Amino acid sequence: MIPGGALLLNASGCLDALEAPEVARSLDAFVTKTITPEPREGNPPPRIAEVEGGMLNSIGLQGPGIDRFLVEVLPRLHQLGMPIWVSVGGFSAREYAETCARLDGEAVAAIELNLSCPNVEEAPETAAEIVAACRGRTGKPLFAKLSPATLDIGGTARAVESAGADGLSLVNTLRGLSLDERTLEPRLGAGSGGYSGPALKPVALACVHACARATQLPIVGMGGVMTGRDALDLIVAGASAVALGTVLFPDPGAPARIRAELEAGAAAHGFAEPLLARGRAKGPL
Amino acid sequence: MLTRARLRAVATEVVGPYTLLRLERGGVDPGIPGQFFMLEAPGRLLPRPMSLCLAPPGELAFLIDPIGPGTRALCALAPGHEIGVLGPLGNGYDLSVERPLLVGGGIGIAPLPYLSERLGRPRALLGFRTEWHAEAAALVPNAEVCIEPTLVTELLDDDPGDVLACGPEPMLEALRARVPGAQLAWEARMACGYGACYGCVVDVDGHYERLCLSGPVLRGTA
Repeated sequence: MIPGGALLLNASGCLDALEAPEVARSLDAFVTKTITPEPREGNPPPRIAEVEGGMLNSIGLQGPGIDRFLVEVLPRLHQLGMPIWVSVGGFSAREYAETCARLDGEAVAAIELNLSCPNVEEAPETAAEIVAACRGRTGKPLFAKLSPATLDIGGTARAVESAGADGLSLVNTLRGLSLDERTLEPRLGAGSGGYSGPALKPVALACVHACARATQLPIVGMGGVMTGRDALDLIVAGASAVALGTVLFPDPGAPARIRAELEAGAAAHGFAEPLLARGRAKGPL
Repeated sequence: MLTRARLRAVATEVVGPYTLLRLERGGVDPGIPGQFFMLEAPGRLLPRPMSLCLAPPGELAFLIDPIGPGTRALCALAPGHEIGVLGPLGNGYDLSVERPLLVGGGIGIAPLPYLSERLGRPRALLGFRTEWHAEAAALVPNAEVCIEPTLVTELLDDDPGDVLACGPEPMLEALRARVPGAQLAWEARMACGYGACYGCVVDVDGHYERLCLSGPVLRGTA
């Protein structure tokens, strides 16, 4: 199951709990921005562009690195008094595994493996190989965050399940590009970026549904959730929890609003609580 | 507390190529000059960061340059229409200055009317591309105006006093080189305005810092 029974989380990289603690506390668990072995400055600005149906971002895993994270950030996160999930990134299976080992003795509720950042070079190993390497180094619950740009995401889900994953986070952003209408140059400093927002929702729904059929793993669904109805749809497709990403940017009050809308929406469909709707999608799928 | 208020549009006024959007203030704190607000742009996903231009009684007013779909939607707001407003955000100008001189360029004059009011209407130097753009100078008391190719930096005295500025990057870079310690308000694209998105970073001493948290007003060092 989802560690701690969390229902609403933030998507990694979409909230800084230390700068906005009241927003974090309106969620059931806080997921950190992806932590890498070394500090990273991230990608050159501009990093943000609004596009049709959503937005592009090209942050590039800016962060303090695992050493400073453990000393300067994690102790302050614990003061929030809520479950902390740490998102882990790397450029090889060994890097992911060593970062997981560093976290193994810490009071973190789960580790989410960011296997699909569209803004940096990918590790050469497969998702399952990275999960297997991490599994050998930590007993923490391991959630594999997969890319929606995967030909057979159900097959990938089965592979990471066999490799020892405890759950899935679905989905990361899709890679996208936007050109300036006057200069015809990319609107982001790094060229392309991760596409998120409302346009991602049907993609996320299909991925969640495919993986819920392919595996028994609990799923944190995310992608384009703007309303409680969007969250309910992900649960109906098979998610056991829902993460909020882009919606937090315009609306820091989104968690409370979406929680209320989700409960009302579930009740309107005859479900006494939202998770009773899990996997109840009907018809040929 | 990060609470988004819903504020009603009172009116929009044309100021040269720009639009002054006046909103009912509600219970929102106008903040310190140089701080900014995230304004919901109707029909768009992301809000737009705008520094406060004027704080007349019961109102908040923003000077907006309609350069894209979001700013055009804000300039077209009909009176009575409500939008979400988050703020004040970020760090404004340090008002404890002895010899203030305001320097602005183009749409960068936006925070100067409120700043001028709070500092007792000090002298201001404003630069614009055309006479049409310079109509916005009427919002700033005691302003000397120049039009390109003359640049505001050419109007600076050898000892300009405590410079508080906002304008295009080349202007701010020139001021940073010329006037160490000048208070410069920078601009960046932002998705959230409260440190969540990491989209608005600027290079500060060789590191990327979030402008929404560290700025938008930064002290220039040569």
